[in-house]
Amino acid sequence: MTLIEVKNVKKYFPVQQGFLDSLTSKESRFVRAVDDISFTIEKGEVLGLAGESGSGKTTTGRLCVRLLKPTEGEIIYDGQDIAKLSGKKLRLLRRRLQFTFQDPTSSLNPRLKIGDAIADALRLQGIGTKVERRERSEETLELVGLSPASSFYDRLPHQLSGGQKQRVVFGRAIILKPEFIVTDEPVAMVDVSIKAQILDLMTELKKSLDLTYLFISHDLATARHVCDRIAIMYLGRIIELADKDRIYEDPLHPYAVGLMNAIPIPNPKSKKAEAVPRGEIPSPIDPPSGCRFHPRCPKAFDKCSVEEPELKDMGDGRYVACHLY
Amino acid sequence: MASSDTPNLLEIQNLSVEYKTRRGIARGVDSIFLNLPDNKTLGLAGESGCGKSTLGRAIMQQVAYPGRIVEGDIFFNLKEDIHYKEQILEKGKINLLELKPDEIRTIRGQEIAYIFQDPMTSLNPMATIGTHFIEIMKAHDPEITEEAALERAGEILDSLGILPERVSDYPHQFSGGMRQRVMIGLGLVLRPSLLIADEPTTSLDVIVEAQILEEIAELKDEFDLTMMLITHNLGVLAQTADNIAIMYTGRIMELSPTVDLFEDPLHPYAQALLQSVPDVTHPEKKLSWIPGAPPDLIDPIPGCMYNPRCPHAMEICKEVVPPLLENKNGRLVACHLYTEEK
Repeated sequence: MTLIEVKNVKKYFPVQQGFLDSLTSKESRFVRAVDDISFTIEKGEVLGLAGESGSGKTTTGRLCVRLLKPTEGEIIYDGQDIAKLSGKKLRLLRRRLQFTFQDPTSSLNPRLKIGDAIADALRLQGIGTKVERRERSEETLELVGLSPASSFYDRLPHQLSGGQKQRVVFGRAIILKPEFIVTDEPVAMVDVSIKAQILDLMTELKKSLDLTYLFISHDLATARHVCDRIAIMYLGRIIELADKDRIYEDPLHPYAVGLMNAIPIPNPKSKKAEAVPRGEIPSPIDPPSGCRFHPRCPKAFDKCSVEEPELKDMGDGRYVACHLY
Repeated sequence: MASSDTPNLLEIQNLSVEYKTRRGIARGVDSIFLNLPDNKTLGLAGESGCGKSTLGRAIMQQVAYPGRIVEGDIFFNLKEDIHYKEQILEKGKINLLELKPDEIRTIRGQEIAYIFQDPMTSLNPMATIGTHFIEIMKAHDPEITEEAALERAGEILDSLGILPERVSDYPHQFSGGMRQRVMIGLGLVLRPSLLIADEPTTSLDVIVEAQILEEIAELKDEFDLTMMLITHNLGVLAQTADNIAIMYTGRIMELSPTVDLFEDPLHPYAQALLQSVPDVTHPEKKLSWIPGAPPDLIDPIPGCMYNPRCPHAMEICKEVVPPLLENKNGRLVACHLYTEEK
């Protein structure tokens, strides 16, 4: 069953102009953070969203839970277009969609007890009395592995380790019993020795609460361990979306191939990174014409600089946006 | 390492660094012995707070305040006489910790270069890239003309894939990867023999990371460099390092050739650390994690610092600090499980 369907969504951010430019009324310019993307997320799956910085993955995540309003396009959640919701309806929707931010330290208020930080979500939604909220918060602390809850409730964020803070962040996301969580780089800021701990927590929560995740990560090795399907973004577009095994073992898009080649493999005997794309991701303000990857693509031909390739269904559940296919 | 006969460029002996804080004294680096063989790359790995950066900076004598080197020696094998301010530093083995301030300033940059983790904040936003190069080169050779300095700068930038004419650009006109390349260029412009790179690719994307690691490898050959690569990313080390030292709470737990370490890690901490690294080629690998957290360095525990988290901990581990000993294969490990073997 499809839980969320993103249809031709765009998000453009206006570029702030200097005073003189605005006098000469130059055309206003936009950062095309997300430029016409479509995908679906099935109920109960983990969809990975990978790509380099500036590819638009975080913006996509924020659009899915409506932390941002799309410039264009539809986001169908549970049969309803949520792209244009606002006010009370949007607030009610927040109970069902949650987002966790990358850095657990800066996303927790340093002067708020962690128990209260978790209970705050209930308060903002006007749920329960103070006593009930504390109870729910304690249950949630136990659920995310901060047990016994009574000894953790009154702690402040600085009294916790990085891994524990990330647990609080997840606690805050699940207390409203959401159906869908967008998690933005949940393990980017934690040490490698506790990475697996957070990933295990995510899997446990998924089972016990019947969750669906959109997992945003630039770390493709980690993504392979947690995701069911993976979408790779480049300059605001999805360039390939496929089942994880297929995309890692047999990537089609030249950019996906390069990205896979660049992953450092923790085995000194495996072959060194080969054929990594040259150059860097260009600015999303004036993306290249045609296929956005063509200036760096080893296989580019005439058509690539003129016509933008569509994300094409290859039949076997794989989608790829490249003129080669 | 006993397994190689190459002479050592750097020998660290019994080095300790302490941080004096309001709560007490923390030993960031605790009695470390470490040799860097010529022309090899040594990887220094460990979690945050294990002292890997402190060790790197101690070699440069640039430990951040309130850190202080409290004991030890760092011997550096100077291959040629260095002339500075009408004086001469004679070639041969010198103890970096006994040098006068003027002398260590000469060594820094000219013999040992350090690349910092964050390229965004390591460059002066008000100065062009060229100015950065001129400043460094003039500091070591007041005679050099600006033209000559810029020409050298252009050459080295060119080998890192940056157009030479960009020396007149400012740091904000470069992307993160480009800035890190500039940092590497600044580090290498005086042709040092030792390059200490502290998480050089951590803030970069995988593709740029792979590009830069490749460029570093090429430059290493071209400049005959010995390298110390400090990183928490074991995947990066697997592809670049000859030997790897695993650090924990300011001590070296294991020092092994890279292939041996990945195939058969000896120290329980090294084993656990490797087990927690996701491997894209082995999706079936069950990732594990290490329970607990490293001990507070201000209130260190007796014996092996890893004992509360170690699945093999014995009585002796809680009492005696295991020394870093060489096993029969020439690998170094600090663990009581292997002290019997000797």
